Amino acid sequence: MTALLAVERLCHRFGAAKVLNNVALGVEAGSYTVLLGPSGSGKTTLLSILGGFLQPSSGLVTIRGVDCTALPPARRPTATVFQDYALFPHMSVGSNVGFGLRMKGIGRSVRVKQARDMLAVVGLAEAFDKKPHELSGGQRQRVALARALVVEPAVLLLDEPLGALDLKLRRQMQDELKSIQRKVGTAFVHVTHDQEEAMALADHVVVMNHGRIEDQGPPERVYGRPATRFTATFMGESTLIPGHVSGEGRVETPLGHFPATGLAAGTPVRLAIRPEHVRLSSTPDAIAAVVTDVVYQGSFKRVTLAPAAAPEIAVVARLPAESNFRPGQPILVEFVPAGIVILKD
Amino acid sequence: MVRAVAVVYAGAIYAFIFLPVLVLVLFSFQGTLFPIPPFNGPSLRWYEAVLNDPRLTSALGNSFVVAVTTSGLATLLGFLAAWGLARFELPGGVLLRGLITLPLTVSYLIIGMGLLVFFNALGVPKSLIAAGVGHVVINLPLCFAIVYSQMGEHQANIERAARDLGAAEWQVLALVTAPMLWPALFASFFLSMTFSWDEFVISFLLTRFDTTLPVEIWNLLRAGLNPKTNAVGSMVFGISIVLAIVFELTAFRRRPQ
Amino acid sequence: MSLSAVRAGWASITPALAWTLLFFVAPFLVMAVISLHPQEAGGFSAANYTQFFANPSYWRALTNSLEVTLLVTAVSIVLAYPFAWILATLVPERWQRLALMLAVLPFWTSYVVRSYSWLLVLAEKGIVNDTLIRLGLLAEPAQIANTRLATIIGFSHFFVMLLTLTIYANLKQLSPNYRKAAADLGAGPVRAFLHVVLPLTLPGIMVGAFLTFVLAIGDYITPQILGGNNELLMPQLIMMQIGRRGDFPLASALSIILMVVVSIAYVACARWLKIERA
Repeated sequence: MTALLAVERLCHRFGAAKVLNNVALGVEAGSYTVLLGPSGSGKTTLLSILGGFLQPSSGLVTIRGVDCTALPPARRPTATVFQDYALFPHMSVGSNVGFGLRMKGIGRSVRVKQARDMLAVVGLAEAFDKKPHELSGGQRQRVALARALVVEPAVLLLDEPLGALDLKLRRQMQDELKSIQRKVGTAFVHVTHDQEEAMALADHVVVMNHGRIEDQGPPERVYGRPATRFTATFMGESTLIPGHVSGEGRVETPLGHFPATGLAAGTPVRLAIRPEHVRLSSTPDAIAAVVTDVVYQGSFKRVTLAPAAAPEIAVVARLPAESNFRPGQPILVEFVPAGIVILKD
Repeated sequence: MVRAVAVVYAGAIYAFIFLPVLVLVLFSFQGTLFPIPPFNGPSLRWYEAVLNDPRLTSALGNSFVVAVTTSGLATLLGFLAAWGLARFELPGGVLLRGLITLPLTVSYLIIGMGLLVFFNALGVPKSLIAAGVGHVVINLPLCFAIVYSQMGEHQANIERAARDLGAAEWQVLALVTAPMLWPALFASFFLSMTFSWDEFVISFLLTRFDTTLPVEIWNLLRAGLNPKTNAVGSMVFGISIVLAIVFELTAFRRRPQ
Repeated sequence: MSLSAVRAGWASITPALAWTLLFFVAPFLVMAVISLHPQEAGGFSAANYTQFFANPSYWRALTNSLEVTLLVTAVSIVLAYPFAWILATLVPERWQRLALMLAVLPFWTSYVVRSYSWLLVLAEKGIVNDTLIRLGLLAEPAQIANTRLATIIGFSHFFVMLLTLTIYANLKQLSPNYRKAAADLGAGPVRAFLHVVLPLTLPGIMVGAFLTFVLAIGDYITPQILGGNNELLMPQLIMMQIGRRGDFPLASALSIILMVVVSIAYVACARWLKIERA
């Protein structure tokens, strides 16, 4: 089956800087894709190329099997929600939403009806006659969404759509975005640097760094079994422990040995362990450590440990809120076997 | 296609903008008596004539003194008024603001006429000082508007912090507010200076024998086309450009982004 | 607010206020009073004002002024807007500052000299006539200097520079996303400009137009040097009263009429001209 939107061998340069390096990506119909990465990772450049605002240096963008690489924004079946919303300040909300239909030459009465309907979908039916500056940030964001959706794009592109909102509103709009997406069934491609937002929204998360795709897949898989060191530390927190594969199908590390399969002996690797996979232990091969820092987080305590065998490795553990550790105290921990991820160095 | 039209259009506008300046400067080097084609030169005789004309050189000095003193005064008064109106809620504040900026909307000619009639009624003789008074009238609202527009709320908090640490009002003003608004103050002073330097009609109405450069150039001009006018005009242009470059390099480079 | 703070506030605005009252408001009032004491008739009467509306040559100066000023404003906007647009959108970002500084370089010539330079260009034996005759396009020199056309050219030269600055600033202030959003929603470049960019830059155009109007209608030098005395504009009429005839009352009355005209323009544009604090 071919994807609704496909990107192949995409490269882009700004002068000498390579901003995108051999990117390949597929977006399925009706899916919610999130491009996640730090600033400078190339995610916004990729979105601009999908929207037609930038011509890639090389590579191919197809939508519904049609080559769109060189098509201008107006002629491709995408619509963009801009980070600053770019609502036209001199037009009413209704005229903003109807703008795309007007450009298509659709008559006034049809336009008004469709604009009203789409405003109702985003929950802003009453704002039709208002001016953008009379609306709150969250409302403007919904108008921008309605304006882009009303032209029925095959793919909706969202550039950090929640970036301008405060945290509480962001979480609320996040839920709303997801429900609107389910209602209209359009494929959404959403750029963010907020990994919580990515996990909450995505069917398919794409982790980017330095112009490359580090990892992509369902968020559960990307979080649970990250493919690279970058993914393990950027999407959620992980402790990385250096080691190498020894002959007997296991990994030797300063903190002991752990099972590993399918890797040639001598390969240098790193173990990635999520804080929730570090637990208190009393078994004989438990790891002895000293508590260096305790931060109370409400439902749990984030505890940093210095293992006796390798104090330079800061192991981060998520321990029960009622546990009662203080810095300087000795502690015994172990790693949950199922939570150990082995990454090639 | 669009590019080609744009290049032609922009070229035409640049030509329109530069044509008179180029002609002015070119014929300041004219070797003969009239600044019209054909060009005979280059010659520096007209520059020599300007520098040997005591009326022009003294007018140049007058213009400089008037520009510096009136701009300093206008900036000081404008700054104090902006601070008073931005920081304290005075009764009738909106009205006072309107009153102080009112001269911005009145032609220089009318301001000059008013002062001429006023000084005449009071028996005050024409002088450079009378013209200077007029220059402060035109530049004060400008300085006020520039400084006022730059007085934000976060600066009010910094002033509060200074007061909290024991500074008296005049210390707040001199040690905190003025340094913080340095770019705005510098811009006010510089803009006022260029306006005063270039002002004609007020000086024309309010001075008699000892006068400013634009009025002296005007007197020269009444004798008809003369390469000496080209020379003095080119010199003023050169000085102004040097000052503008200095301004560009100091005020705008240091302003935080 | 404490009493001492109120006192500090008043103390800081008093000098500016006093200066404005003494050297702007008071002269204006004196001028108003004097305008009501006609030099010839004597006593207290509105003769100077009635004379203005009765005497066609005075009245003509005002209509000339309005015609020239409105024409200059329109011509300058029409010439400057495309130029500012080219600078803001087609010139590469890192050259824009230089291009703009070049475009306003002649600002730095003295204002009296600027008009004089145009006289050099447009004079009977000036460079324009000289070139046109050499090219065989003209048999004998055209009369350009000392006409209304020369006044309009001289004014437009200055105001094209001024408006280029204000319109350029306005265009740069617009988020590029407005244009992108319009394109994304199917608007071609022309419709994106008409529906989005132009309406959003209208306030800047209005500010520039008002500045042009106020500065041009009160200017004496440009019409005096370039237009000559063939037709009088208001400032020339005013200066004539004090120069030749020493008629301060009539000059005062004419100044007040000119000021009323400017005030009407100000009220018409007031909504665009607010001073905002950062």
